[in-house]
Amino acid sequence: MQHVLNVAVGLLLDGLAYGMILFIISVGLSVTMGLMGFVNLAHGAFAMAGGYVTVTLMSALGVPFLPALAGAFVIVGAASVAFERLLYARLYRANELDQVLFSIGLVFMAIAAFTYFYGPAPRPIRVPAYLSGSVDLGFRTLPAYRVFMVAVGAALVAALWFGFERTSLGAKIRAAVDNRHMAQSVGIHVDRLFTMTFALGSGLAALGGGLAVNLLGLTPTFAIQYLVFFLIVVAVGGLGSIRGAVVAALVLGITDNAGKYLYPAGGAFFIYAATIALLLLRPAGLYGRD
Amino acid sequence: MRWMRNVLVGAALAGLALPAAQARTVKVGVVLAFSGVNAEWSEQIMRGAELYLKQHPDSVGNNKIELIKRDSKNPSGTVARTEVQELITREKVDIVAGFAFSPDAIASAPLATQAKVPMIVMNAGTAWITNLSPYIARTSFSMWDAAYPMGTYAAKTLGCKTAAVGYTDYPPGKDSLEAFTKGFESAGGKVVDAIPMGNPAQVPDFTPFLQRVRDEKPNCLYVFVPAGEHAAALVKTYGELGLRAAGIKLIGPLDIIQDTKLQGMGKAAVGLVVMGHYAADYTNPANEVFVKAWRAAYGANSTPDFMAVGGWDGMAAIAHVVKTLDGKIDGDKAMKALEGWKFASPRGPIMIDPKTRDIVQDEHVEEVVEKGGRLHVNVLETIPQVKDPCKELKVGKCAQ
Repeated sequence: MQHVLNVAVGLLLDGLAYGMILFIISVGLSVTMGLMGFVNLAHGAFAMAGGYVTVTLMSALGVPFLPALAGAFVIVGAASVAFERLLYARLYRANELDQVLFSIGLVFMAIAAFTYFYGPAPRPIRVPAYLSGSVDLGFRTLPAYRVFMVAVGAALVAALWFGFERTSLGAKIRAAVDNRHMAQSVGIHVDRLFTMTFALGSGLAALGGGLAVNLLGLTPTFAIQYLVFFLIVVAVGGLGSIRGAVVAALVLGITDNAGKYLYPAGGAFFIYAATIALLLLRPAGLYGRD
Repeated sequence: MRWMRNVLVGAALAGLALPAAQARTVKVGVVLAFSGVNAEWSEQIMRGAELYLKQHPDSVGNNKIELIKRDSKNPSGTVARTEVQELITREKVDIVAGFAFSPDAIASAPLATQAKVPMIVMNAGTAWITNLSPYIARTSFSMWDAAYPMGTYAAKTLGCKTAAVGYTDYPPGKDSLEAFTKGFESAGGKVVDAIPMGNPAQVPDFTPFLQRVRDEKPNCLYVFVPAGEHAAALVKTYGELGLRAAGIKLIGPLDIIQDTKLQGMGKAAVGLVVMGHYAADYTNPANEVFVKAWRAAYGANSTPDFMAVGGWDGMAAIAHVVKTLDGKIDGDKAMKALEGWKFASPRGPIMIDPKTRDIVQDEHVEEVVEKGGRLHVNVLETIPQVKDPCKELKVGKCAQ
């Protein structure tokens, strides 16, 4: 009995950590696609760019890990403003197929561009010593980096919840997304607001990318390799809901981890089965609005 | 009008002066995954192959080799097959080479048979690939070369009574599982669990698989995952989850300590025991020349690995064919020239087995040790001239 309990708690902890990783790499998309309603398949490209900025800052300029992550957030977020103004802004009112084609094209261009400059080989990252050890819980050993990811994930959830739900800026964004014309007519500068929100989403993508390098590795194909996971998290969570993305990431993370532990031959079956089941029950996602 | 006569005479003389042995250009189509996950492998293989030609310009006699590179992208085999078909029908290549992933070689094999074009496999390691066409020769390895003797060694020398096997779920993974199980169980061990761990296209989270092993408490964990990012993540997770402290030894083929990834693995890799045929640390003369030329060509900080050697040896085999046939490539004659071909490879002496057209090479039991802040590969034991045990024992598809 003790053993079963230990295994159950262990699976919950591992699944929680894995779910947080899913959340962190997807949270940027739940802003650009979820909140702004743009089918932004290029989310992974911004995440990949964030990974490269982090690694380059660390290896070429000797910036420590945490400031390098902040650098990735700021640099990619700022660079994305140019993309938003020049390209994305033209497609806000386009249909979804146009947005898909545009953003997937952007992904392939990003992969080619980063391959050209960085080559196809994976970029290693050296995280600080305090993040590379393990935390021993007696019955289970948790990698320190995963504990760190859980903490970062929790901090992001709190910051985003506060920002969107409790500040006037957040209220304006929600208003602009819900009814653009009405928001404009009460004096909200919607274009500027969207640019800022997009920059935030891209910055978060970059942060997720930088954090993920140590777990998932970094090559130019990062931009498309994990696309399915980003989309699943946002779709199951429900468009426009950060809370939904968190819950979805955790449910999927725990299901996937437990499924693979108990029945490894099932492989990727569990995460997709959970996705289908949840979407059948709630077609608009866990916290989505129909 | 005088100049005209001079020109005509000159042209006639030039025509007479044509050399008896005409220099020919041999077209070699190279199909490798230059993009996609683990594109680094293909870079290694290509660099190894090109370096051989650069270092040995005379190895093709009076002739020339023209390389036509094609990208096989993802490891599914479909793109590779299309590329091979185009290379044969449109580019009219004389030889095809490369093949980073097993599915690429498996899917392309029927084309080599139909077109009677020699196909030099420079990496893909599923044992029965060489059974798929009489026009295939392999200069890399068979999964069984390492996995089968590793099974015997784990049971007899490492003293493992039980083992769990984790493998990436595609042909070479299953091959490695089967080979290790056969070697281990025929030497008295027992495989208690076989765990498929995701696919080669994506690095999975290894946590649930390794936690499962940790709770099963076998003496040994034998793992086959593709070299590169998979291997780096696996060794890291093994270290972080405390499996070593729990008394579970991690063993495997050399893929888990690929030279290009080894230094990044840090302390987690120290003490790993693998069965392998190449490490950049080898001190034989051919390897010293090879590593020196590599660093001169690709940078002092870059290191070749076993994939680069597969490319180097593959190109040496192609050069041997071109020279033997003096540039007139005929499928059957080319295979004849390869059968029994011997070569001083950076990995040690190798031969193409005349019967199976697969490589025969030394396998070494190697341990990772730390010396002066660097990880080194220490050879504990050598098994000379291993012939693919899968074909020797006639197991499954290897019997056909």
